[in-house]
Parts: sequence; structure tokens; C-alpha cells
Amino acid sequence: MNPVAAIRRGFRHGVHPAQYKAQTVDLPIQRLPFGHRYVLPLGQHLGVPAQPVVSPGQQVRRGQLIAQPGGFVSASLHSPVTGRVRAIEPRRTADGSLQLAIEIEADRYATQHLEPRPRSDRLALSLTEFIEELQSAGIVGLGGAAFPTHVKYTMPEGKRIRHLLINGAECEPYLTNDHRLMVERPATLLRGIGIVKRKLGADRATIGIERNKPEAIAVLKSTIRRHHRTGIAPLQVKYPQGAEKMLIRAIFGVEVPADKLPRDLGIVVNNVGTLTAIADYFDFGMPLIERVITVSGPGVTYPANLIVPIGTPVREVLDFCGGLKPPTRAVVMGGPMMGLPLPSLDVPVVKGTSGILAFTAESLPARRELPCIRCGRCLKACPHFLNPSRLGRLARLGRYEDMRRHFAMDCVECGACTLSCPSGIPLTQLIRVGKSKLRNSAAGSI
Amino acid sequence: MKSKGARLILQPAPLLRSGLTTPAAMRDVVYALVPLVIGASWWFGLSALLVLLAATAGAVITEWIFSLGAARGQSLQDLSATLTGMLLGLTLPPGLPLWMAFVGGAASIGLGKLIWGGLGQNPFNPALVGRAFLLGAFPTAMTTWQAPSGPAGFLGIIPSNLALPLQQPTVDALSSATPLGLMKFQNQETPLPDLMLGHTAGCLGETSGLLILLGGVYLALRRSIDWRITVAVLFSASVFSGLLHLFDADNPQPIVALFSGGLLFGAIFMATDPVTSPVTPRGAWIFGIGIGVLAILIRTFGGYPEGIMYAILLMNATTPLIERVTQPRPFGRGRPTL
Repeated sequence: MNPVAAIRRGFRHGVHPAQYKAQTVDLPIQRLPFGHRYVLPLGQHLGVPAQPVVSPGQQVRRGQLIAQPGGFVSASLHSPVTGRVRAIEPRRTADGSLQLAIEIEADRYATQHLEPRPRSDRLALSLTEFIEELQSAGIVGLGGAAFPTHVKYTMPEGKRIRHLLINGAECEPYLTNDHRLMVERPATLLRGIGIVKRKLGADRATIGIERNKPEAIAVLKSTIRRHHRTGIAPLQVKYPQGAEKMLIRAIFGVEVPADKLPRDLGIVVNNVGTLTAIADYFDFGMPLIERVITVSGPGVTYPANLIVPIGTPVREVLDFCGGLKPPTRAVVMGGPMMGLPLPSLDVPVVKGTSGILAFTAESLPARRELPCIRCGRCLKACPHFLNPSRLGRLARLGRYEDMRRHFAMDCVECGACTLSCPSGIPLTQLIRVGKSKLRNSAAGSI
Repeated sequence: MKSKGARLILQPAPLLRSGLTTPAAMRDVVYALVPLVIGASWWFGLSALLVLLAATAGAVITEWIFSLGAARGQSLQDLSATLTGMLLGLTLPPGLPLWMAFVGGAASIGLGKLIWGGLGQNPFNPALVGRAFLLGAFPTAMTTWQAPSGPAGFLGIIPSNLALPLQQPTVDALSSATPLGLMKFQNQETPLPDLMLGHTAGCLGETSGLLILLGGVYLALRRSIDWRITVAVLFSASVFSGLLHLFDADNPQPIVALFSGGLLFGAIFMATDPVTSPVTPRGAWIFGIGIGVLAILIRTFGGYPEGIMYAILLMNATTPLIERVTQPRPFGRGRPTL
């Protein structure tokens, strides 16, 4: 590790949004009681949608495979409850689109008990078998992007992962689900780290945690033993520290080239939730059928950190938390910086859902826009060193090819520019539009 | 309440803001100017307040008239017109006829900003466009200076203030010369303490170095101005004037050069105008260095005793070019080609 970087422990640019974590930071993870209805969109991971292997009317057990991977960059889906497949039909999802989904009606007399089936053979698994296991366990990145984990672990011939980087930065305001996981299940997390490290043949692991989570740092410090060969890197509190390339910059002091992936540098980055899910799979045989989410925001009556079965409608999660306060105007899935505004409360929690946040009218930023005064704050916010103000102007003019020349495709849509803009210009949204136009035109020309 | 029937709006992320708004940034600069306004009234009495008021009224009324029919709506509340008027007023001589100050304010907003498309679109600093306009239109009135009267004469109004429109005011006996004028034309130096406190003739806001620095420190701490530009202007002006002083001791020492004339005021309040200065950090350095060198160059070799105004306006013109060559290197990439 670059010693200078180890001292500086940061990435350049970025912003300092208010944290809003106090409401949930000390609330232990609770389990949401089982409900009646679960909706599992087939495309809830990045890549190819899964293929259903059940049919309407069929009885399913909790943890049973209901959809198999539709390709290599795809993952399995499992039933979160014991019950009956009610329908396989298009349903509204968080991004507003209609997507083929499997609806499962829970059997209200079932115990929902999951017989533990520890994978005692895990030591014997080869790397290839391990990767296949992860895909069939439906493990995807739980940090938000839901990228299938087994794809990350698949290396080109002759290359090897040397360093496993664990993302406990949790830089999004309001969210405390990763924090609670680190505080409450440090041993499980370390077991997950151990399994992955051993399978990938990585020499070392480092957990990156922002300094605003001293409890997580302390708990992990006291749990880590020498044989774990795992270190903790306390990081300055800055957004977007949890973006993969920023985390690598902060901990190793190197920039992952724009056209490369972390694995090209021998690094793989996993969220703490993902590694805990991997440990749970090998400990109990439980595929990814539930996850921890934070329910918070000024519109939520009783904020909470919850274990929620995948597929639970957002409405049921909010009802468990005492419902929405009357002036709530927007509900967001994910964090306040990168989350999706929900079109309806009937959309389900998916594998990539890290939180559900409700905002009242007063807590939402004004939508009034003033002219750009070229103050340059967006440039100094952008972690990718782009010129958001110019990209936004080009997007408004429809000059998408010029946007590409100015590296619009490097933008990770972290929202730092919009946050910093004193004139209230929706820069992130404008760049998002330009990027999708560029993607569509590229797809059309092939 | 059960979460039934909630009417949701789809506001895209991010749903958080930094809290800083453009009007608040403008207000910050107005606050930073308050000590200067008080200082100007201390040294030049009621005349100072009247000239400031006239310039600001000219700016605000012009902005108001021209945004009556604008699709964007009323633009007064962004405070930029108020600020431009105040900045212009502080660069005017205390004895300027009030109607000229008013015309200057109108020219700042009309010619300096609105004809370019309003806030954010103008290439040149509006307050300085207004001042350049006045200097061209009324060269005598713009270069007639009063010796500071101090608080004793607070209620006295300089007679030329009240000259009627389109009449040249009579130059009265109290007129004086600025420190830079004294230096250039009479080879006479003003003591540094007078320059610091503002006990000199000059434009309303440029006389007291200490008060200008106070405002500058406030703005830098609030991050309302890009400190790089200010530091670059002051640094390059000191180095350049230091070199000239070495060659020819008739040229002022750097510290005198910094505290006389409008250099300090320009470096803190004018050069840092975000609209007309480069947004890139490296560009800010180049821009500031250019201003410092040009200002001293004009002072030393030009016809005018002070060069900061034209230095800033000239560098304003180079801003797009500077930005073009100082684009930041994107994360994980080499430097962009031009």
C-alpha cells in the first residue's frame, strides 16, 4: 500500500452532505413479520433477467429456486416465503417500468422455518464451483447496484485477486443498514470475508469504514484476530466514498483507469451486506431471500433498521414503521443521493434496496432554478473531475456527442454536482438524460 | 396514518442540497462590503452614501425595468443587480455628480449584463463595464478627487454631487490627488498607515486597505470567492512591482503598490466575480496572475495612474480561452486534449 495514501486516506473532490443518521444509528435490526404477498421482479439484478422455473398455482417452500439465471451475467431468484405462486406477469418496479415478476402468496399457516443446511463441504469447493454456487444462491451486490457477485469474482486467465476490499463506507446520508450489520454481526461478516478471501486466493482484506461509525470500527477491531489477515481503514467522512473507484483511491491512493475495472488492479470490492449474505449461505444454506434495509426520513413515523424478505411491497414495510406522516410527498428507494423516487408504494423491495426514505414537502429541495453563475462548485464536487455545468448546458442544447467528448460517460450519477449547485440546476438529471441518449444511439447504430 | 392514498411526487435524486443558494452568495458579498460603506462615509461623509445610493438605484431600476417583460420573471431577488450597483458605487470618486453615478449603474446592468442575456451570460464584469463607460463619457468628473474630510464633515455634501444632468460640474478648490496620481505625476509617496486606514483621496471603497482585507477574509472563510484568484493577483502584482522597484527605485515598493489605488479592491471584489472568471482551479491562477501583471504594467508604463480596471476587463476576455486549456484531468484518464 502506498504509505502516503495510507496517511491521507481520501479521494479528491466530493461533498459533505448533512448525515441524518442519528435517527436510526442506534436502532438494532428487527425482523419484519411475514406478510401475505411478495412480488419478485425477474430483472432485479444488473444484467440478463432470470428465467422462471415455477408456474402459477405451484406450491413453493421458503428458499426454493423460482427463477434460474438467464445467462452468465444474471442470478437465481428464490422464494422468500413458503406459499403458492399466484401469478407471473408484468408488475410496476421502483424505476417506474413494468417488468415480468413472480408473485407469491404466503401460506399463512406455514412456520416459514428454514431448515439450516450448513455447507460443510465449502472448503472442498474449487473456485469455479464456488462461483457457480454464488450464482445459484442468487448473491448480488447489496450496496445498491445489484451486480451479480460471481461475475466480479470471475477473472481472466492468469490474473488473480490479491486484495479484497470491503465497502463499509456507507456514505449515503440516512442509511445505517451496513453500520448495524457491522455492529451486530461482525463475526458473520468476518466469516464471509474469510470464505471469499480463501476461494479467491487473496492475500489480504481491508474494511473501509467512514469515521462517523466509531462503534462499527471498535466492534470490528475487537473481533478481528491475526489469522483473519484483515485490516480496518477508517476513512474521512465524504461523499461518494462508497463508490468503488473512490474507495480504492481513498485506501490505496491509486486511480482505476476510466476504461478498466478494479479487478484489473487485482482488487475486488464487496459491500459488507454481500459478504454477510455469502456467509449466511454457507452457514445455513440460505440463499439471498432477505436483506437489511433502513427505513427513515422525515416522513416516517417510526424509523427502523429491518430484515425484510425480498419482494415485500414497500407499503407493508412503511405500515410496520407506523405509516407515513401526512405531509409526505416523496418516497425514495435507496439513499437520498442516488435513490429512486417511487411511483407507487406497491413496488417491492428488491435485492439492491438499501433503504426506504420518506420525505415531507418541507424537507424536499425547492425546484426553483436560477441561472448558472459559473461559481465552479460543481467542478470541485465532481469525484470524476468532470465539468458538470458544461455537461448540463450541452445536455440542454441536445449536443450529446459533445457530452461524450467531455467524458459524460464517466459520470457515475452520484449527485454531488446537483447537491452543490447554488442555483438549483438539476445537473445530475441533465447528464443522466445525455448519457441515456448516447447509450441509445450507440445501441441503434450496431 | 396508514400509508394509503399518499400522493407522491417523482423528484429525482439527489434530494439533498448544500444549503448555499445564489442569492445567499450575493448577500455574502454585500455583507463583506458593509465595512467599506461605513469606511467611505467616515472619510467622505454623506456624499459617499449618496453616490453609492445613486449607482445602486441606477442598477436596480434598470434590472427591474428590463425584467418586466422577461419570460424568466423578475430577477431582482437574486440580488445581483444590487451587488453590481454597490460595487460600481465603491469605485466612483466621492464628488461625482449623482446623475452620473445613476447613469453608470444603468450602464453596468444594461450594457454590462442584460444585453448579453442576463445573469451568468456576460463576459465582462458588469460593474467595471459601467465604470469604464463613465470614465470614457465623463473623464474629468471621473478623475476629480476629494481629500477625505473625516467625520467632522459628515453632513457636508461635496457641491459637485448636486450638479444637474448634462452639465459639467465646476471643479472646486478642495480637489486633491490620489496616492497613485501623486506618485505618477508628482513623484510623491503617501505614507503606508494612511493607505491602510484610508486617509487618502480616491474612489469610495478603495482607500482603506484594512477594511478591504476584512471583507476579503470574510468571503474567503465563507468560500464565497475563489481565494486562488485574489492570491494570484496580489502575488503577481507584488513580484512584478518588486522587480520594477529593483530596476528603478522611483517605482513604488510592492507593499505600497498593493495598498494604493484599486488593486486590493479589484483583487478581492472584482476579479473574483464568478461569472467572468475561469471555473477551473488552474485557470483561476493563470487569470489572477495575468491581472496582477497587467495592472502593474498599465500603472508603470501606461497613461493612467491606475490599471486594475482595464487589467480585469482584459483578462475577462481571455476567460473562455483559459478555461479551454485548463480543463481538469478526468479521474482515471490522462489530460484531455484541446
